[in-house]
Amino acid sequence: MKCQKCSKPATFHITELTGGKPQELHLCEEHAREYLTSSSNEPSDAGSMAAVLAQQMAQQMAVGHTAAELAELDQRACPVCGVTFYEFRSQGRLGCSHDYACFKAQLEPLILNIHGEGEHVGKAPQRGAAGSAKRTQLIRLRREMKEAIDNENYERASELRDEIKQAEADGS
Amino acid sequence: MTIDDLTRLSGEWLRGGGPEADIVISSRIRLARNLADFPFVSRASAQDRTQIEKALRQRILDIVVESDLLYVDIEQLEGVDRQFLVERHLISREHAESEGARAVAIDRREKFSLMINEEDHLRIQVMQSGLNLDSVWEQINRIDDLVEEKVTYAFDDRLGYLTACPTNVGTGMRVSVMLHLPALVITRQIDKVFRSLQKISLAVRGLYGEGSQAMGDFYQISNQITLGRSEQELIKQIGDIVPVIIDYERQARDFLVKESHENLHDQVSRAYGILRTARTITSEETMHLLSSVRMGVNLGLIPELEIPDVNQLFIHTQPAHLQKLSGTELDTTDRNIERAQYLRRYLNKENGTEDAQKN
Repeated sequence: MKCQKCSKPATFHITELTGGKPQELHLCEEHAREYLTSSSNEPSDAGSMAAVLAQQMAQQMAVGHTAAELAELDQRACPVCGVTFYEFRSQGRLGCSHDYACFKAQLEPLILNIHGEGEHVGKAPQRGAAGSAKRTQLIRLRREMKEAIDNENYERASELRDEIKQAEADGS
Repeated sequence: MTIDDLTRLSGEWLRGGGPEADIVISSRIRLARNLADFPFVSRASAQDRTQIEKALRQRILDIVVESDLLYVDIEQLEGVDRQFLVERHLISREHAESEGARAVAIDRREKFSLMINEEDHLRIQVMQSGLNLDSVWEQINRIDDLVEEKVTYAFDDRLGYLTACPTNVGTGMRVSVMLHLPALVITRQIDKVFRSLQKISLAVRGLYGEGSQAMGDFYQISNQITLGRSEQELIKQIGDIVPVIIDYERQARDFLVKESHENLHDQVSRAYGILRTARTITSEETMHLLSSVRMGVNLGLIPELEIPDVNQLFIHTQPAHLQKLSGTELDTTDRNIERAQYLRRYLNKENGTEDAQKN
């Protein structure tokens, strides 16, 4: 396959994510380097961290995944809050604390890239991690209750409300 | 207590005291926290946001004496009041401009503020005049512990405090110090300072944080990394580098005084002169001139002014402050006139050449 910008063979296959649908580019080494470094030098408009993060994610994902792989990854949703990977990577913001577990494979390299480290050293809350994980289930329960109400499944909604009350009482 | 009360008072970090106050305006630490049982703000429903706000408000009112606190519902607030809070560094621009249920709890002496439903559920901020990071940490650590006594934070053993943006995960802490570096700007060394800071992963920003320009020669130095280092390590990193920059600035000032005294004095005098006599003046020009005046005060060239005066002028000549002080809505042209009038009255009252009471 030839490079899309010249007649040399294409050795880099990059998937561009900054639009809506993933697009594939096939470039020789020289044009690939040019392409990748020029997009990283673009100033982000608001200078906001979320926008910078979204850009970084786009670059990271671009190398090493095919368009089909990325389209599939984009569909993946968090079982607790429902946010999709696509929503996360375009806003640069996560939907809930469970996303850190659910999208772990993609977040781990990103976090390492940003902080140079992968593990927390420092203060922890009195309640510790276990209390937190338990409370996070409430997010899923509340969302399911809302959906049950929207679907007029009031029996299910009522069951969930009881579960929620129980969990709220347990946690605090 | 109301926002209008704040207008008349001068907040903690404006008082211009504290260690190294000639160059360090303020020290600030911010902690980002989220409740474990709600989605992050961008994904939270209107009902979620209301519940989050209610839970946190309850807790905050439990731990702070009511008369010491101003609790503000941002959604209900008028534009000029939101802008006022941004100018005072009590909320971020994002908090002022976004939508949905959100609030801020402000200490009456403006030493701390707690933003609810900004990018994260809770952002605690403590500020102090001068270089004082250890004291600031002690205070914010205490507030964080008190809040957490009755709510459950989102936290993971491996990743630490979980935040809406992975750039804040871990300690969720941003440590920053605001410096006034006019001599480094004049002697064109400021870029060198930035580059060396970036090499050690420190960020440099303007007066109003993320995305702002460096107006008035003010620079905020803060950590970029929040994971893999303890809170003490992050504070130490900033605490170690700031004295080095302070030293550079002092050396640059000494250089200007020795090698360029007439020019320096002239620059300061002209700036002071314009501020005292202009009939209309923009915010940008005011910042620029006040920067020279501030340096002049530090170097003893303007004996009748003190640092707290200059700090106050920086803030009170900002758009929302002017409008609140005059009590009317003003467009840009009127603001520029009002600003000039405020400056004339303030700076000439010692000479008694203006009616001091109308200040």
